[in-house]
Amino acid sequence: MGDFIALSLPPMVIAALAGVACALPGNFLLLSRRAMLGDAMSHVVLPGIVLAFLITGSASGLAMGAGALAAAGGSALLIEWITRRARMEPGAAMAVVFTTMFAGGVLLLEATGTAGIHFDVEHALYGNLESLIWLAAAGPESLWDPAALARLPEELTRLALTALGLGAVLWLFRRPLVATVFDPVFARSQGIPTGMVMAGLTGATALAAVAAFQAVGSILTIAMLICPAATARLLTRRLGVQIALSLAFAVLAAVLGYVLAGHAPLWFGLPFTLSASGMIATVAGLMLAGATLAASQGRAARL
Amino acid sequence: MVPPTPFPNAEALVVRGLTVRYDGRTALEGAEARVPVGTLTAIVGPNGAGKSTFLKGLLGLEPAEGEVRAFGQAVATALPRIAYVPQRAAVDWGFPVRVIDVVLMGAWRRMGLLGRLSPALRDEAREALDRVGMADLAARQIGALSGGQQQRVFIARALMQRAELYLLDEPFAGVDAATEAAIIAVLKGLRDKGATIIAVHHDLSTVGAYFDRVLLLNHRTIAEGPVATTFTREALAQTYGAGQLVAVPA
Repeated sequence: MGDFIALSLPPMVIAALAGVACALPGNFLLLSRRAMLGDAMSHVVLPGIVLAFLITGSASGLAMGAGALAAAGGSALLIEWITRRARMEPGAAMAVVFTTMFAGGVLLLEATGTAGIHFDVEHALYGNLESLIWLAAAGPESLWDPAALARLPEELTRLALTALGLGAVLWLFRRPLVATVFDPVFARSQGIPTGMVMAGLTGATALAAVAAFQAVGSILTIAMLICPAATARLLTRRLGVQIALSLAFAVLAAVLGYVLAGHAPLWFGLPFTLSASGMIATVAGLMLAGATLAASQGRAARL
Repeated sequence: MVPPTPFPNAEALVVRGLTVRYDGRTALEGAEARVPVGTLTAIVGPNGAGKSTFLKGLLGLEPAEGEVRAFGQAVATALPRIAYVPQRAAVDWGFPVRVIDVVLMGAWRRMGLLGRLSPALRDEAREALDRVGMADLAARQIGALSGGQQQRVFIARALMQRAELYLLDEPFAGVDAATEAAIIAVLKGLRDKGATIIAVHHDLSTVGAYFDRVLLLNHRTIAEGPVATTFTREALAQTYGAGQLVAVPA
């Protein structure tokens, strides 16, 4: 039990919180047909983090978070600029920007010799979920011991605050947001600044992507931005239900994926474990596939 | 014939020199309009004449030059008194909301950012749906509606705005006859209570039966005034081009 709380519970909770933080803006990305933006945001984080490290010399979460957010903001502007100047469809502009920036980040890692010391490409893709353990935990009693709780992995606290903050902001601005995504022309006739609302959604996506990236890597971040929301979308025709279901799927994928990554190989007699992030993303994808099959056969009850 | 207006001298909308350009192409060049309060006006003109652009431009939804005043105020100030009904095609009808949710969007400005959705507002939304003959479809998913029903939902949402000026972009496009009759009855009812309605309209044969006034538009204002004196063969020929075969109502 002590081992579970110290070694397994924190990564599971962190993955679940990353899923919740990403699924919240993910629902609106999906509805506004900008799912690709999640892809873009979670990739441009890498060059931002590397640059922040090179400039500040600090590997602290704060410096890297700031660098990542700056890169996300810069890429959003770049995407907008290319879309307008090159008259390119937004999806193509996003694909160009995020692959170029991610590749640039990889080159930067190698060229500056930071690779392998502070980060590596593997971590950028898969995160380091398994290493986010809670050494201060001695057993269940640690769950209400303030001294032990203060030494929880910082990623856990950061993701919890991000998820809570995003949830509060999206709740507060739900009406302008829904109006902007559903009927932008009507929204503007109501005096809603739709450009600012969409920029806010981009910002929320960047925030979720940055907070999640550092803990779970880009693959799981992308998966959580889209898969839970897309799965929920197939099963309901009500926005509130869709969002609630997407959060439930995000948590379920996190727990199920983490357990499977640690135990599934053993069931087949294989002497290793799998990447937790990779397995969680796979589970999230399989859930979407399942929902697609259920929906196409008309079996899914429309909630 | 123009019915008496509550404020004979009041103008719901004055548009002067409205010019809209897209990518160097001029969609509207100095369009003009003066619309008295309590009238029902049709905007008529050929495809691509800038009719939708006229509505969007005067509302500030497209970058436009020119002067626009609604009830003597700048349009940005008067927006709460204006209900705009976009074309049905402008919206993603697969969006996960129900009919009643869309109608309630019309009350969001009144409710504000944090205002609670009161039972009174729900009743008002049901009443708005009832006025367009959709009372029993309140809980229906919008994706399951026919074109006519979608248009009625939009009209109900506009009713929820309790506006004084209604701007409708092709409210009769692709709708069934029953819907067309229901919508025009609602619009006439609004006018009779003093509201001003302006609608982009395509069917020249119904202009006389539905509307008091007409605005003939082809990149600029060709003519504007009461249907009886303005909706003439000459004006239509000028609007649609002399070579065009135009069916003019008797």
